[in-house]
Amino acid sequence: MAVRTLTVKENILGANNEKAEENRKLLDSHHVLMINVMSSSGSGKTSLITRTIQQFRDKYRIAVIEGNVSPSIDAEKITQNNVLAIQLNTSGGCHLDAQMIRKALDTLDLDRTDLIFIENIGNLVCTADFDLGAHKNAVILSIPEGDDKPYKYPVMFVEADVVLVNKVDVRAHFDFNLDTFPGIISGMNPSARIYPISAKTGEGMDRWFSWIDETLN
Amino acid sequence: MHEQSIVQSILELALNNAEKANARRIVCINLVVGDYTGVQEDAVNFYFGFLSQNTIAAGAKINYTHVPGQLRCRDCDILFPLQKHDYQCPKCDGKRIEIVGGRELYIENMDVE
Repeated sequence: MAVRTLTVKENILGANNEKAEENRKLLDSHHVLMINVMSSSGSGKTSLITRTIQQFRDKYRIAVIEGNVSPSIDAEKITQNNVLAIQLNTSGGCHLDAQMIRKALDTLDLDRTDLIFIENIGNLVCTADFDLGAHKNAVILSIPEGDDKPYKYPVMFVEADVVLVNKVDVRAHFDFNLDTFPGIISGMNPSARIYPISAKTGEGMDRWFSWIDETLN
Repeated sequence: MHEQSIVQSILELALNNAEKANARRIVCINLVVGDYTGVQEDAVNFYFGFLSQNTIAAGAKINYTHVPGQLRCRDCDILFPLQKHDYQCPKCDGKRIEIVGGRELYIENMDVE
């Protein structure tokens, strides 16, 4: 049989992107804001989300979709705050995709939800390539990781709506230059907000809380 | 593990297109891969060999066209290639840099029988 060439010109992540757009429309129809929180492992995603829940649990109805490569204690930490946490176990997979998020959304009562956090897999390499249907991307970079990470993982920082520089309470012990860092981010991504914070001590968290309030209202 | 789901998507896209064209076998798939995607050929080939078993894509060759990272200075508008991790304009030394190339990830075309 003769060989013929089929023109395809289709994005490999196209199916995921379509599913992500469906997720966003579903959330919009229920007036729910979904924020995708991404960072390396150990940068403080769970601490940030826990602290944010404590701030807003009397004001907004919050759910958390937890991505984990294996069962972990993260979901338990979140549920201690009387917030619904759905655990997605990727069995070693390095990112979440829009279909996994859809399955999680289908288990939530979206009419009784205002705000959903996705705690993505701890990984700066590929998580940002997969649109999940979130409205906003929040990226955490912690002081011990170093201020050169935007150059090593540019896509992550280009896709960020908010960059949270966490663990500023230990900045005296590390070389992270907080003066020049905002210039690195705004050079790559002029619209990104940059908030130095400590999810542990609460330092700087007010601006992050205000941003959530503004985005929800 | 990154490549496993990418390969799953490549395979589904290729099989859908082959089916629409009433193809009996996929001979080769021509992929366009930007350097920023971090997609590794060896890993794609490995997972493709495994996942395409018992499909009409079994034994198909994957050809890669790599697209280098390309940057644009937002101030002087010049284009320059990504070199090392240097996000600085070679002309004005500015750091207001936009990524304009290297994030591609698509099937250009494929040969079928």
